[in-house]
Amino acid sequence: MTLFLEQLLNGLAMGSIYALITLGLALVYGILRILHVAHAGLYTVGAYVGLFFYSSSGSLLIALGSSMAVCALLGVCIERFVYFPLLKFPPFVPLIGSISILLIIEEVCRLIFGPHIHAFPASLPFPEVSLGSLSISSMLIGVYLITLVILFFLWFLVKKTSFGLAMRASSQDIEIAEANGINARRTIDLTFVIGSAVAAVAGVLVGIYYNQVYPTMGAVPAYKSLALIVVGGLGSIQGAVFASLLLGIAETLLIGYANIPLPRDAIAFIAMISVLMWKPTGLFSSRKGA
Amino acid sequence: MNSYVITVGTFILIQAIAACGLNVIVGFAGQISLGHAAFVGIGAYSAAILSTRFGMTFWEALPCVIAISGSIGFLCGLPSIRVREDFLAITTIGVNFIVESVFLYVPFFGGALGIGGIPRIYFWGIRLKGASFFLLCLTFFILAFLLVWLFSKSWAGLGCISLREEETAASTVGISSVKYKLFAFILGTSLAGLSGALYAHAMRFISAEDFGFPASVMLLSIIVLGGMGTLWGPLVGAIILGFLPELFRPFAEYRLLMYALLLLCMIRYQPSGLLGENSLAKNVFGKLLQRRVS
Repeated sequence: MTLFLEQLLNGLAMGSIYALITLGLALVYGILRILHVAHAGLYTVGAYVGLFFYSSSGSLLIALGSSMAVCALLGVCIERFVYFPLLKFPPFVPLIGSISILLIIEEVCRLIFGPHIHAFPASLPFPEVSLGSLSISSMLIGVYLITLVILFFLWFLVKKTSFGLAMRASSQDIEIAEANGINARRTIDLTFVIGSAVAAVAGVLVGIYYNQVYPTMGAVPAYKSLALIVVGGLGSIQGAVFASLLLGIAETLLIGYANIPLPRDAIAFIAMISVLMWKPTGLFSSRKGA
Repeated sequence: MNSYVITVGTFILIQAIAACGLNVIVGFAGQISLGHAAFVGIGAYSAAILSTRFGMTFWEALPCVIAISGSIGFLCGLPSIRVREDFLAITTIGVNFIVESVFLYVPFFGGALGIGGIPRIYFWGIRLKGASFFLLCLTFFILAFLLVWLFSKSWAGLGCISLREEETAASTVGISSVKYKLFAFILGTSLAGLSGALYAHAMRFISAEDFGFPASVMLLSIIVLGGMGTLWGPLVGAIILGFLPELFRPFAEYRLLMYALLLLCMIRYQPSGLLGENSLAKNVFGKLLQRRVS
């Protein structure tokens, strides 16, 4: 029983990390309808920048802050220089642009920091909790708390502030939103700032969680998080979070208990295709069609 | 011609055949597919298994290979009827990952070791290698090119183009989107299977990584660069992207970076490709030609 609970807690941590990566993607898809594969590149950059500032300053807070700032800036640049001018083309044009940005980021990271795995020897300043025979490490507590805080912040931002209203309006129709006095360009910029900063947090957390940072760490999350936003219903934030948690738990439990021949990374895609065949708009989509 | 150029040329032609197939699906029918390398892989693995385990010659195996990849293509084309654009892109990425992991983890397909010892192709008793194998690939490329040309002139091709331009309008005049989209998928994946079979016999050793998602991106880049929905686009794209890495060989460290930068600049400033509508090349040459005529 203890083993099962431990597996469940690990799965929940995995799911929380997936949720942090997927959230930014869901925000961006919601507003621009672009499959932002390069989001996982930002997450890689976040991990490297975090590691760099952590090893030079020794403070996790400085590392997190600077990595969020760098990723936010990079995210806005990608949006300004690549995505926005390509909006009038069919969706695969920005998608290919995004894939090439991901490749560029991976290559630049490899050329600057080398192809080998760097360790990220930080520990999160949270207490360890023990419930009977079950002890939850400070790492897991940290992942849960940070995810919870970010989720709450985003929920508050999207549902309760005027910026959130502008964002939801722009995601429905940019032109109509502008006609009603919303500065759509600024709203889009801010969405990228927030989404990219969250990706940076996810990158730093994953780096600490596995104690490794390497150039291609974004490759699998890039496509897995696409599968997750589809399962959650494209652009739906609650759906994306729910699907991420579900996948994290399902992966950990299936690998632990069922002897399936497929690697864990294929599970997300099989789940995604079955969901699409059953309900083509995703589990939580309110919109009809794509 | 030395053997180095012949080898590079052979692989360019093999890529161009697969790109012709992808061009039918993406360029003519407008159905985004990001998993085309999976079908090249299905073709390569079926050719390899039929020739090493069942002792079939290339010519006996070829119809089976095309049938296998075409019918799996048909199955994977089914989602395109239910889902659109973005969803289809992600579904095909998923198909690519699933196919790659099946090749990698199921022992029947050789697992992580791949399949080796694939025999060379014999034609009237002549063992094809080097220049003669290049000629075989060239013949198959011309056949594929003619097939795509016939398709673009046929009723099915026109139906696909009309669906790409405006699906609702096309279906009101009685163009069945189900029939033509599936037809495009079957044709495109069969060509991918042919390309895979040639690849298997050219390499004589295949493993799952050859057909992963990066290979699909490469195929898509070929047709984006050459111009989607144009007849010559796949060949032009395959030649440029096939020779570029050879030119960049002195800067091997920066090769992938330059390649990605080129792709980004291309998609950012010339999204319709070198030969597509409104492209730089077409405008310049078009003006020159017009001046010549007038």
